[in-house]
Amino acid sequence: MAKISVDGVEFDAKEGENLLQAVLSAQLELPYFCWHPSLGSVGACRQCAVIQYADEEDTQGRLIMACMTPVADGMRVSLEAAHARDFRASVIEWLMENHPHDCPVCEEGGECHLQDMTVMSGHTARRYRGNKRTFENQYLGPFLNHEMNRCITCYRCVRYYQDYAGGTDLQAFGSRARMYFGREEAGVLENPFSGNLVEVCPTGVFTDKPFSKTYTRKWDLQSAPSVCAGCAVGCNTIPSERYGRLKRVHNRYNGSVNGYFLCDRGRYGFGYVNDDARIHKVGVRAADGVFDVISAEEGEEKLGDIVRDGAIGIGSPRASLESNLALKVLVGEENFCTGLSSAEDALMRLILDVYECGGARIPTLAQVEEADAVLILGEDVLNTAPRVALAVRQSVRNESLEMAEQAGIPLWQEAGVRSHGRESASPLLVASLLPTELDELATHTCNGAPESLAAAGFAIAHRLNSAYAAGEELDGPTQSFVDDAAAVLSRAKRPLVISGTSLRNDGLIKAAANIAWALKAQGCDAGLLLTAAEANSCGVGMLGGGVDLDTALRAAAAGQALVVLENDVTRRADPDLVASAFSGSTAVAVLDSLENATTESASLVLPAATFAESTGTFVNYEGRAQRFFEVFAATGETAPAWRWLSKAGARAGRNDMHWQHVDQVVEAVASHPRLVGVADAAPNGGHRNAAGNRVPRAPHRYSGRTAMNAGVNIHEPKTQVDEETPLSYSMEGAMGDQPAALTSYVWSPGWNSNQSVFKFQQEVGGAMAGGDPGVRMLDAEPAQVDFAQRYRPLQTPIGAEGDGRFKLLPTHSIFGSEELSGRSQPIAERGPQAFIVLGAAEAARLQVAEGMGVRCPELDATFAVRVEESLAEGLAVVAMGLGGLGDEVPSERVTLEPDPEFVPPTTLIARG
Amino acid sequence: MWSQLRSLGTVFKHLFTRVETVQYPEEMPYLAPRYRGRIVLTRDPDGDERCVACNLCAVACPVDCIALQKTEREDGRWYPEFFRINFSRCIMCGMCEEACPTYAIQLTPDFELCEYDRNNMVYEKEHLLIDGVGKYPDYSFWHVAGKAIDGKDKGEAQKEKPPVDVRSNLP
Repeated sequence: MAKISVDGVEFDAKEGENLLQAVLSAQLELPYFCWHPSLGSVGACRQCAVIQYADEEDTQGRLIMACMTPVADGMRVSLEAAHARDFRASVIEWLMENHPHDCPVCEEGGECHLQDMTVMSGHTARRYRGNKRTFENQYLGPFLNHEMNRCITCYRCVRYYQDYAGGTDLQAFGSRARMYFGREEAGVLENPFSGNLVEVCPTGVFTDKPFSKTYTRKWDLQSAPSVCAGCAVGCNTIPSERYGRLKRVHNRYNGSVNGYFLCDRGRYGFGYVNDDARIHKVGVRAADGVFDVISAEEGEEKLGDIVRDGAIGIGSPRASLESNLALKVLVGEENFCTGLSSAEDALMRLILDVYECGGARIPTLAQVEEADAVLILGEDVLNTAPRVALAVRQSVRNESLEMAEQAGIPLWQEAGVRSHGRESASPLLVASLLPTELDELATHTCNGAPESLAAAGFAIAHRLNSAYAAGEELDGPTQSFVDDAAAVLSRAKRPLVISGTSLRNDGLIKAAANIAWALKAQGCDAGLLLTAAEANSCGVGMLGGGVDLDTALRAAAAGQALVVLENDVTRRADPDLVASAFSGSTAVAVLDSLENATTESASLVLPAATFAESTGTFVNYEGRAQRFFEVFAATGETAPAWRWLSKAGARAGRNDMHWQHVDQVVEAVASHPRLVGVADAAPNGGHRNAAGNRVPRAPHRYSGRTAMNAGVNIHEPKTQVDEETPLSYSMEGAMGDQPAALTSYVWSPGWNSNQSVFKFQQEVGGAMAGGDPGVRMLDAEPAQVDFAQRYRPLQTPIGAEGDGRFKLLPTHSIFGSEELSGRSQPIAERGPQAFIVLGAAEAARLQVAEGMGVRCPELDATFAVRVEESLAEGLAVVAMGLGGLGDEVPSERVTLEPDPEFVPPTTLIARG
Repeated sequence: MWSQLRSLGTVFKHLFTRVETVQYPEEMPYLAPRYRGRIVLTRDPDGDERCVACNLCAVACPVDCIALQKTEREDGRWYPEFFRINFSRCIMCGMCEEACPTYAIQLTPDFELCEYDRNNMVYEKEHLLIDGVGKYPDYSFWHVAGKAIDGKDKGEAQKEKPPVDVRSNLP
């Protein structure tokens, strides 16, 4: 700790940290643009100028840039000195010379860092009388608007996009006052983390395009803390509502999980909440096959009738723990199925088994960024758990950070660290089915079928510690990958092994566990990250079910009643089995938010609330329970699924389900021994701050309250009272001292933009004040087991059978593979067409080439062909969730034939 | 006694002073153009809606009686999909007019806002929008702003240079 004197007042600061960060951590106000906690300092904007004095006698001082100056003990600086203030005012005046008169029609207005800094610097009147420089804009795809006139040349966009996210198609062009930030030519921004530019850009050059279509100012948005439902990473989000529609999703800082950034699936994948296919009423199928609308009471009664004499319950990895628990209690453990496909369910059990052995640390995303060697075994993380890929990308920088440290370069000195580190990178080894986007960073890659990747994994563990059994013989390239991986990982201090469920192969998970355990036994701090598919896959896995999905469906086919919770089972089980279950079951009750193939076949449909209209808990890949809060009240008869289920339980004469309040359900969840931590994931409904206030969902300048509803009724409705959570449905209450799990929006006086998040952190870029939200539930002490003998390689046949048919393997697309986000318009627009990947030899045999089409009669689907040299014969890889496919590939081999009538879609996406 | 006589005298004197009472409604008083009465939405000199749905009037309104929703036209102009003022709440303070960056919202000298049914005090956009420029005949926001719309491309607004050719480094 160093002591620094700022304008005569002493503050504690970290020695070596940059002065700007120290000043902001001390909650002082100093304007800045180009610095960002995750992007470091480059000293480009000259906005954070302060005066530094040599000693007590020095009254003149000299002007320095706070972001480029390391803190030293006894340092004397002034933010308020007239010279520093004048300098900052001049800088902002120069920056504003060419700034267009756009604020009223700019989506950044009201949460604009440039507006805030202009006000903070005291620049109020324009003195420049010359003409303004202008630029042409570019079309950048369905996610972002581009408005280059507003640029202040801080370079944050390219530094984020290229250096942090690894994008290549956004560059800085031109020189002098004509700097241009854009693509070489107009077109879709390719990087799947491009949406963060909305929050990274301090002004309105990059703005949220879907949000702009029905734009609302930040001060008019009603928001609540939430958790992304897009994948198993569980990034913290702030979804916002106005006029009953979900308008946008912004990042909610969590120092342990997502930090400052989200992926584009998370940011733009919420559109289904506003979809026309939303179910709002209770429907019961009449004799003629059409749904009749019935009242909520009748619906409860009917659901009660269905479950009274016992029913099979199918839960869901995309429903909250609370709803899954309600179903589990309603139908009983022996009739409850997690809703994961049978294959995935087995893998989830395996993952929990691995984690509960406690053999290796389960890393948070922040810890992934700190790993100094990473092995990815089989999982295409960019497409299945995207935010993990962004964290892995940062881990590769650790080598250059270490070099910088040795050379005495402060780590925030971005340009210095990068030029000193140059090509050096921490090792990243990627073993995957197909080449992945992370391969460009990898020191060694290896492609193969899941079984051979698993064999490679077992071989690595064996090389690290011969007590771990090796698998079958490996071919040359794989053997060299194994040798390299073993050498690299055993040298590392914080190695990390990543795998997951997406290839539906247990060998990969076992091999990953063996490697991590073998590394741990060598004494290093090994991490093991196993991803699942959906937001609550891990949660339902921990809740556990008595039967798997196929067994449940067979029981339904044999005449059991069926209750399906927020789950399109047609995506997860064999279509014939699902069809026989629906036709054989006495009654099929479905609770869901959107119409889908399962609700089509139901006899009773009940409208369930989405994440935005309900409060509940998701458990992410690391076993972190995180609460999401209702953003706005559901309309009509829509209710959280647990409420329907508990009411139906009460109607069916159950005495243990009289839950009125979500906290009661949370308590019931927490009574499960594995899920005790759920109760502490966020404060319960009774929480109030020190002054006895709730946390407001709406900012204090929320407008239009006496007119919003006046078109319907001049008499203003009573403000809705929130019975469930510590948040209020208005601006009443107070922000500031709430626990981080209740941060419904970030704002601080003078800081209207999301940069104000530092006011809620312990130190800039650190944990949230009061600790990062969420409770980790899977951290276990190493169990007394023989780790080396726990998982043994299996001998599985690899290769073609020579009958000309194909074994299908799954791959995923960040856009389109996930069920709900795939139904959001911008995501659907960005997603690829259904595709199939064939080996070069097989493509030649079928006489198809890249871009042509093949048909699969068994799946009744057509795919665009992609050819991948390395793919073995007899294998074909299809993208899940696209072109009518669900989340599972058929286990039987299928035939493929060229489709001469296939018309490739035009690649041009509609402009505008 | 004296005080009563004085009162009579004062009253008598007023018989010869100018009458301030106006015979409203037969006789209308003069109200200055800047009088703060009924609110209207005005149009550009070229006849298009001035309001760009920026929401500043709504946020400036101390009684929160303005609600609107932004949407966008084919030609790139922003405009309100709906614009509602609840005059039963309005206090005619004029803060919305002061906040308006496009001179769209203006207060007029019309103060006759009486209704038997409170519901009729709710004015939607079709009730607010007039066919004129109001107090500011020449102002057209879109010709000052940097955002391009059909008919006014980049570099064609007031005080703008032609767009930079990014592919050239010549001065």
